[in-house]
Amino acid sequence: MYPVELQYTKDHEWLRVDESTGTIGITDHAQKELGDIVYVELPKDGERMTAKETLGSVESVKAVSDVYSPVSGQVVAVNSKLQDKPELINTDPYGEGWLVRLRLTDPREAEGLMSSEEYEAYVQGKAAH
Amino acid sequence: MAKMLKPPSSARPHITRNEDLIFELSAPGKVGADLAPLDVPAASAAEELGAELVRGEIEGFPEVSELEVIRHFTRLSTWNYGVDTGLYPLGSCTMKYNPRVNEVVARLEGVATLHPYAPDELAQGCLRVLYETARCLAEITGMDAVSLQPAAGAQGELTGILMIRAHLADRGHPRKTILIPDSAHGTNPASVAISGYEVRNLKSNARGCLDLSELGRAMTEDVAGLMLTIPNTLGIFETDIRKIAELVHAKGGLLYMDGANMNALVGVAQPAAFGVDVMHLNLHKTFTTPHGGGGPGSGPVAVRKFLEPYLPSPLVAHGQDGRYFLDFDRAKSIGRVRSFCGNFGMAVRALAYILANGAEGLRQTTEDAVLNANYVRERLKDLFALPYDSPSLHECVFSDSRQAAKGVRTGDIAKRLIDYGFHPYTTSFPLIVPGAMMIEPTESASKAELDAFIEAMRSIVQEVEEDAELVLKAPHTTRVTRLDETAAARKPVLRWKP
Repeated sequence: MYPVELQYTKDHEWLRVDESTGTIGITDHAQKELGDIVYVELPKDGERMTAKETLGSVESVKAVSDVYSPVSGQVVAVNSKLQDKPELINTDPYGEGWLVRLRLTDPREAEGLMSSEEYEAYVQGKAAH
Repeated sequence: MAKMLKPPSSARPHITRNEDLIFELSAPGKVGADLAPLDVPAASAAEELGAELVRGEIEGFPEVSELEVIRHFTRLSTWNYGVDTGLYPLGSCTMKYNPRVNEVVARLEGVATLHPYAPDELAQGCLRVLYETARCLAEITGMDAVSLQPAAGAQGELTGILMIRAHLADRGHPRKTILIPDSAHGTNPASVAISGYEVRNLKSNARGCLDLSELGRAMTEDVAGLMLTIPNTLGIFETDIRKIAELVHAKGGLLYMDGANMNALVGVAQPAAFGVDVMHLNLHKTFTTPHGGGGPGSGPVAVRKFLEPYLPSPLVAHGQDGRYFLDFDRAKSIGRVRSFCGNFGMAVRALAYILANGAEGLRQTTEDAVLNANYVRERLKDLFALPYDSPSLHECVFSDSRQAAKGVRTGDIAKRLIDYGFHPYTTSFPLIVPGAMMIEPTESASKAELDAFIEAMRSIVQEVEEDAELVLKAPHTTRVTRLDETAAARKPVLRWKP
């Protein structure tokens, strides 16, 4: 159900590692829980991120949620389309709804994240709670 | 019950008719006043005052008659839904009755007309009102000193955190972080960030309370304090509060209590006894000062003795000679947080409420608030999921998870409640409950009213089973039906244009 080529965090971010860069977004589960996204706050190009620190926030009609960086790195691109079309996160969370691209400080950091299977079990475990 | 569907727009009764903007009621040449003909020589304002001081036509100003203005605003006023209209179970907001005696007292001439710059000698009565209000709030919380300055809850939080910072700085180092549980009101992290601290979130445990082991790990000597709402936003009392306070104090941190939910404690428990060092109260919630329409609010802060020097300045003092005065001679104060003595009129109303009830009455109020919430919980728990089943105090939080299976979420049920004549409960908060339905009936609701609310909720659950569309498209009986909240947030239209 969750793309197998991605890695996941407990805070519902996904990471796609491409050699030394990593693309970050929020999962389909996260966008469904939040509902219609109406505003996105993203870092600036060149900003340095530390793993587990706030990267930005997404706002829906229900709530504002912080997005945490799954890994450390420097921002090399942000998805500027989201300023006008935040709904891309709802319609295509793993594609056009990506948030930020980082140049990874240490690609090994991603090893601590969850696989698609682990994340699915994690989400189901939470729902059963 | 007959289904309440939208009547055809052409057949709406006059009283439920939608109302045009006053600009749309305008007709050229219409005026609200009929002035007598001039009986003195006409003068030219431009000549007498200078042309640059004369304003020309105000473009687009509505031209309407006096009666049209009166009817327009009178009709609009009937659109309000307030605590004076019916049950308002908006969780976390404590929408309780504002007794009329408060308003009588606040309108006494000496209270209502005193100038804020009047010298202390001419303001003895009002200074005493402030002094007594602070004294009563100190007794209710068990704390040693109170400032009435903060204008509302969030400003009370900011004031409290700034005092923690000032105190720790005096002790050598202000530290870096403040701990906040994930069930907190959103204003808590905001107050902390504005005070120059980093926020660290603590996850709640399966009982909906703060997790002691998580607190133990997080509580280091870099942590300035813990900000805790008691009872928390699930309406659950932190039964480990004494141990929590010990853990925080052992590392030299301070315990801040968000008193937003004091309606569950007044007259029954004093936060000072839990180990709280500083807290705020919401007079516009717990102490029956007006809450809707902008209040204004009032968020007094109460502190233990060692924090008193940092309270905002001035404080009302009672001198040796029996006179009351504003004491500005407070070197360690964090300074002023609000003009004059805060929202004075709210202190007057809160004091009227406290004195009218007395200790016994306040205790009864709290017990009734808790009883009402538990009655609702008991009578709805077979229909809605209860994600945290620890005992409830003044409010209960269900989840929409069973109804979500039919595609109906908390917001849909809330909107359908409007058709039944009730103000919705709080939706989607606290964030730790997906699809939260937060119900706080307060002590003001009678059993008959609670029963009507419960019947409405039960009826809606049946509708979800039989005809989910009816709920998904609600409300049907209002002037304006379901709004597109997403479009309103994504592409807000903030200005009317002809």
